[in-house]
Amino acid sequence: MIKPKILVMSGYGINCEDETKFAFELAGAEKVDIVHINDLIDGSKNLENYQIVAFPGGFAYGDDTGAGNAFANKLRNHMWDDFMKFINRDTLTIGICNGFQVLTSLGIFTTKAKTYGERMFALMPNANARYTVRWVDLGVDVDSHFFRNIDTISLPIAHGEGRFFTPERSMNDIKDANVIAARYIKGEMCEFQQLTANPNGSLEDVASIIDISGRIMGLMPHPERAIFFTQLPNWTSIKYSRRYENEHLPKFGPGLKIFENMVSYFS
Amino acid sequence: MNKKKTSSYRIEVVSRVPDSRSTVKQKQLHTIGFNGQIKQLWLSDIYTIEKELNQNALSKVIAMLSNPITQQGNVSGKIQHKKFDFVIEIGFHPGVTDNIASTAKESIGDLLKSNFTDKENVYTSNLYFIEGKLNANEVRKIAEYFSNPLINQIAIYTHNEFVNKHEFKLPSVTLPEKQNVGNINLNIRDEKLAEIGKKGIKNQDGSYRGPLALDLEAMKAIKNYFEKIRRTPTDVEIESIAQTWSEHCKHSIFANPIDEYENGLYKTFIQKATKEIRSKKGKKDICVSVFIDNSGGIIFDDNYVITHKVETHNSPSALDPFGGAITGIVGVNRDALGFGLGAKPVANTYGFCFADPNDNDPLYKDESMKQKMLSPRRIMDGVISGVNVGGNCSGIPTPQGFMYFDKSYKGKPLVFVGTVGLIPRKINGKDATHKKANAGDYIVMIGGRVGKDGIHGATFSSDAINSGSPVTAVQIGDPITQKKLSDAIIREARDLELYSSITDNGAGGLSCSVCEMAQESNGCRVELEKVPLKYPGLAPWEIWISESQERMTLSVPKKNWILFKNLMDKRGVEATIIGTFTNSSKCIVTYNKKLVMDIDIDFLHNGLPKKHNWTRKVEASLTECVIPLPKNYTSQFHEMLARNNIAGYSFVSSQFDHEVQSSSVLKPLQGKGRINADATVIKPVLSSNKGVAFSQGLYPSYSEISPYDMAACSLDTAIRNIVSVGANIESIALLDNFCWCSSEDPKRLWQLKQSAQACYDFATYYETPFISGKDSMFNDFKGFNSKGESIHISILPTLLISSIGVIENCEKVVSLDFKMPGDHIYVLGNTYEEFGGTEYMLSILEKNNFGNMRTPKVNPTENKHIYKVIFQCIQSDLISSSQSIGRGGLACALAKSAMGGMLGISVDLAKLPGVFSRNDAALFSESQGRILVSVSESHIKRFKRLIKNTPHALIGIVRNDSLIRIKGIEEKLIISSNVQNISRYYNSTFSEY
Repeated sequence: MIKPKILVMSGYGINCEDETKFAFELAGAEKVDIVHINDLIDGSKNLENYQIVAFPGGFAYGDDTGAGNAFANKLRNHMWDDFMKFINRDTLTIGICNGFQVLTSLGIFTTKAKTYGERMFALMPNANARYTVRWVDLGVDVDSHFFRNIDTISLPIAHGEGRFFTPERSMNDIKDANVIAARYIKGEMCEFQQLTANPNGSLEDVASIIDISGRIMGLMPHPERAIFFTQLPNWTSIKYSRRYENEHLPKFGPGLKIFENMVSYFS
Repeated sequence: MNKKKTSSYRIEVVSRVPDSRSTVKQKQLHTIGFNGQIKQLWLSDIYTIEKELNQNALSKVIAMLSNPITQQGNVSGKIQHKKFDFVIEIGFHPGVTDNIASTAKESIGDLLKSNFTDKENVYTSNLYFIEGKLNANEVRKIAEYFSNPLINQIAIYTHNEFVNKHEFKLPSVTLPEKQNVGNINLNIRDEKLAEIGKKGIKNQDGSYRGPLALDLEAMKAIKNYFEKIRRTPTDVEIESIAQTWSEHCKHSIFANPIDEYENGLYKTFIQKATKEIRSKKGKKDICVSVFIDNSGGIIFDDNYVITHKVETHNSPSALDPFGGAITGIVGVNRDALGFGLGAKPVANTYGFCFADPNDNDPLYKDESMKQKMLSPRRIMDGVISGVNVGGNCSGIPTPQGFMYFDKSYKGKPLVFVGTVGLIPRKINGKDATHKKANAGDYIVMIGGRVGKDGIHGATFSSDAINSGSPVTAVQIGDPITQKKLSDAIIREARDLELYSSITDNGAGGLSCSVCEMAQESNGCRVELEKVPLKYPGLAPWEIWISESQERMTLSVPKKNWILFKNLMDKRGVEATIIGTFTNSSKCIVTYNKKLVMDIDIDFLHNGLPKKHNWTRKVEASLTECVIPLPKNYTSQFHEMLARNNIAGYSFVSSQFDHEVQSSSVLKPLQGKGRINADATVIKPVLSSNKGVAFSQGLYPSYSEISPYDMAACSLDTAIRNIVSVGANIESIALLDNFCWCSSEDPKRLWQLKQSAQACYDFATYYETPFISGKDSMFNDFKGFNSKGESIHISILPTLLISSIGVIENCEKVVSLDFKMPGDHIYVLGNTYEEFGGTEYMLSILEKNNFGNMRTPKVNPTENKHIYKVIFQCIQSDLISSSQSIGRGGLACALAKSAMGGMLGISVDLAKLPGVFSRNDAALFSESQGRILVSVSESHIKRFKRLIKNTPHALIGIVRNDSLIRIKGIEEKLIISSNVQNISRYYNSTFSEY
């Protein structure tokens, strides 16, 4: 079994690198490096050596000039070619929350092959114009490496700019290209906490997008914050709903599956 | 030679699609009374770029700053707007931190591969376009609502003015080039000496530089010192001493002799409690580092230490709530970074004390009523937003906190901010909790640059707010600069052992951090001209005491400098050698080779004369009032749930990230009903099942009746809150934050002494050591009310006790929501008729003075037993839900557990243990030591065996419907409601926030 080498991006206000690394390791990865973007720019680290790149959550450049924008500019100005080489190989790239905003600003999610760099949609300030932290339920739209064997999944969100938006014409292209990976639905956690499905006003409840190669995925929720059972908002409820009178509690949470899917892609 | 003026480009970015920022702002105007007049409001962002750009470069910059899908960007003036009547422009004053501009500047430089010179810059502002029939006064009111005169400059344009020609003054900082060091003659009359201490050093134009907050005795000590060494002090020296001796840094009220206690309150009560507990616990001592470092530290496991520190940022938050709160939270993060060789911040805590946000009656700083204080609502919104940005941007979860409301916080809010940290016990085999700057090490400053911001911050907060408050005390945080610094230290430099000591630049700036570290090596030599500045023109004394944020001071051994510097460069962190630590026993500072400070370290730290304080007992002068029994218990119950101090504040919890770092176990909002919980549990080491529980306790409303009971209850509550979720009382540590008022008044000092005594008594009884603390002694407002009358508002003496404890196994912890119909509801602990200062009493006597009724008393013997028993029950998985009974009493706790599970209850108060004869006591008394639990039928036998020696009773059952039915002590139904209905009350108060 081939174990992929994984690079977790860091620097300039990215802040979820530790838990993202941990999630990959929990999913069976053996080599996970947290790498500062400046070490890729100056060549002391090289994307060539990796099979998976994760853009973790955080607040790169404090969301100034638009979430993800400044970090995307830095990458575009200094390592665009290297990054293109990387995504054109048989590799996986995931952007989580701020990472999704970075990839979106870079224009990585296109509906036509080889037109990287052109933005198809935007992640706007939430409808309530406020940073929002809660759990959501996702319904998986398109079968992909990332969501393999997942129909619905509950994960937490925490963002100020996650409202998916695109003009009608582009939305049609996006639908035709079949790249909407997951949408917000009313599932277990929304029922439990009496919350609406769509947390931020996203157009057509879009929460996650893949690119047409199926090897790049971005999502607003944080799978790395749902890797343990004790992270679920209803775990104490489940524990005492007598289902587990004579059973052990589950150890892991639903988000782990996404990392396992990525790691096992290379086996 | 002709100086060519740099071109400037005003770029405007506007949303082409409906923008939630604009909609929300328009909605906010409705709340301040603009109904219907405003047809539309929208915003645009302005970037003013002072740099030569050709057309191609300009287009590239515009494209970079605007989102092609949703926004339109162009040179301002070329943007087509919808119909509007007015435009308000809001920008910053010179020198105010503008984070977006810094990012834009970096991005533009990077894009064009052309860095900005000293003469080039970027400034941001916002345009508010308004369509509506408004008069000039109304437009001004809107402008004032969206800005703060201390940090923002505003301009208002009519449609024609805007379209034809308008100019917005750029906030560039211009200061006179040359700044001299002045010598200060102290050989003057006492009155003059006192005046310098109070108002500050006089400038040449006759104005004062700002308060030194030194009394005559302190000024005389300085005078004597310089007489002895036979020279005149420089302004740098006087300012530096004032910083180090400030109440904010020295805590002299806690340290000075008081009444019969020669050693003062801190040593007699707080420090002594910890010493005694540690020696009594012997091998079971949990403390690693207490009081001496930036945070306190306790053992987490064999590999890690957990640290905690709670700070206040009250005065700055009164002036600029957003800036005050963000610098508060980002500042206390540095107390984790500055613990030992650097702890990683793993959680933030908060506690806000505000006046009623519905109070619109203004206060003024000045008699002429020109300087209006911000309204309680503005302060509240700004503070919440500041902690939101500070915590969220830094990637640190902020899961635990509270809001407390009382009118006494109208002049000065209290903003408590805390940070829990995690540090390996050993790094490369060496103790990571110890540090020492050695003679010969470089003094290195890293992080942000130094500007005028925050000058006189330390001395200013030691003084009451009045119209002389310097506006330079206001500043805005920059969490990303600090995040870069934090990553570079915690992730890399620390484990490479590149530095030998580290501390935070907080109050007093370099003057305090360098002199503090100089005690480790016994001397320092600083070259002030090497300190990197935000803009030229700062005087040496300003550089030395400026409190510009996001900076830390390190001692770097010479051999490590190149490595250290390269690493910081690669991480985008500015690092500068500003001097050398020595062992000369002197603090020597030069500016361009000229000696500007030369003082004995010993005098600097120990020269402040001790003042003996005396207290005077406060006699109970309050009118006796017997509380009439409520006519309708159900409506009283509903009213209690909607009170500011009890109602849900999910809007705060759900905007402070509590999931980041992937550590959440017990969240701030629990159960189906998303109820605000008092205690939080996190799992800070992902590979370990161990956790950390933390909470806080405070009862300011008890203070004027019994400061002793107030402190006892705060301490008991902080402990009980985390015991209720599963913490072991044997592994709990405490932190104290005294926020007092008028601390020169012997009566206030008596209250302080009483509270400190209670801290000692109950901490030693529970064997829960204090590990860190901070106080703020002058939370007073002296100004004018809306009638122009002079008023003095003092806060209620407020003691915040924070608790922190290690959880052995996170899977054991218990949330507050009732889980299953049929579960039995138990109360552990006795209930008494204790109404004094309770939320119930306040609700009835809202307009009266406090009654001299009995405040809740703490019975530590009984409570400690209960806390040990509950721990065993939780470890044995016997309890379905658990909640500490606190503010609002049993009734409110029952409501929260019921709403948490969205399940009804049948309760019979006749069975409740304790001594009381009234239904309202059973429902609303805030008797301490009580815990509300529910237990499934299958566990009852084992549960009863464990609790048999505690005061307890089965008081009811969880229903399988939504009805809330409570029978009184006479076995008659007194409360009848349902869970949806009570949720409406609980959630109504802040539903529009």
